[in-house]
Amino acid sequence: MAAEQGKVDPMHQFSIHPMFGTDGWELAGYNIAFTNSALWMIIAAVGLILFVWGGMKRELVPGRWQMAVESMTGFVDSMLAANIGPAGKKYVPYIFSLFMFILFANVLGLMPLALFGIHPFTFTSHFSATGVLAIMSFSIVLIVGFWKHGFHFFSLFVPHGTPLPMIPLIFVIELVSFLVRPFSLGLRLFVAMMAGHVLLEVLSGFVINGVNAGLGIGPVVSLLSFLLMIAICALEILVAGIQAYVFALLTSLYLNDAENLH
Amino acid sequence: MPQIAQLGETYASQIFWMLLVFGFIFFVVGRGMVPKVMQTVSMRDQQISDDLAAAAAARAQADEEEEAWRKRENANRAKAQEIIAEAKAAAARSTEARLGETNARLDSQVSEAEGRIATARAGALDEIEQVATEAANDIVERLAGVKVDSAAARAAVKEVLHG
Repeated sequence: MAAEQGKVDPMHQFSIHPMFGTDGWELAGYNIAFTNSALWMIIAAVGLILFVWGGMKRELVPGRWQMAVESMTGFVDSMLAANIGPAGKKYVPYIFSLFMFILFANVLGLMPLALFGIHPFTFTSHFSATGVLAIMSFSIVLIVGFWKHGFHFFSLFVPHGTPLPMIPLIFVIELVSFLVRPFSLGLRLFVAMMAGHVLLEVLSGFVINGVNAGLGIGPVVSLLSFLLMIAICALEILVAGIQAYVFALLTSLYLNDAENLH
Repeated sequence: MPQIAQLGETYASQIFWMLLVFGFIFFVVGRGMVPKVMQTVSMRDQQISDDLAAAAAARAQADEEEEAWRKRENANRAKAQEIIAEAKAAAARSTEARLGETNARLDSQVSEAEGRIATARAGALDEIEQVATEAANDIVERLAGVKVDSAAARAAVKEVLHG
């Protein structure tokens, strides 16, 4: 957002600023300063708690808000039921938290709050944040898999009907694709969010610079960029939802592997 | 790219706050609130299916009662028809009996009357015979001066009267 000498740095929006506790807050030697990233995590959490709390009236005939919350839990529940089956019921709290937290983070990061002087920070555009969620999901898959199936869990890497001479090769391929999962999970969300925000920032830079360039081709570029921004804003809202959904869906698919093997 | 440039100084803070906030969400929202919301939904679904089952049971019972009512109604109608037929038969019988009785009384009255008529006629004939005999006696006595035995006169009168 910094427009120094008429230049817009599209990466500046991702920088983390410690807000307080920069020096003093340490945990086992690591600095855990409270940053703008942590602030927006808490804002997303508060928003999510308020959203769900508004749907806890437990009325027989639900109001609009309760209907919205129930449709969200029903959505996660049916996704797990479809992907895992009846055993998926116990993952509803985790997948719901994951899906809604990412969704709130993505959407809050897109809010035009800068108009009111508040600069939203999309912590899902940091792989240090999405990586935590990805590794957490992957760990749950590993724990559930080995807990339920023991060493039989390795049969996941040998699909049914693999010819005997192919087994070593297939095993290695499947193992690599399995081990890549946490990276793809975390990086997909990070890249999608970052790319969208960079694109919007670059286009807004075009708008500003086009207007500053005075008469000529500049305003035309500004106008076109602005129209493109409007369309991309809509696209980004879609992506915010889709990426949250993809994260939750892939986690539930991986959990299905752990629960039911193949 | 701040994500990489700032990684060294911020990764601990990012991981710490992420785990803290997500853990808080998981336990408060995921474990605390979501089950209650889903319980509300399942309670509603339960109630709806219960209500539907109750409605289906009520309809089945209504059908059953209607069937029973129809059976009873049919039985009642048959019984009513029977009673009507019986009453008709009884009425016909009593009418017949009364008719017969009346006929018999009339017959007896008629025959009595006929008897009375016959008696009266016999009496009248007798009287006529007697009167005719006396008249014949008188006539014979006056005309011929012969005294006729009344028995002979009667026989003669009878002969004339009855051919």
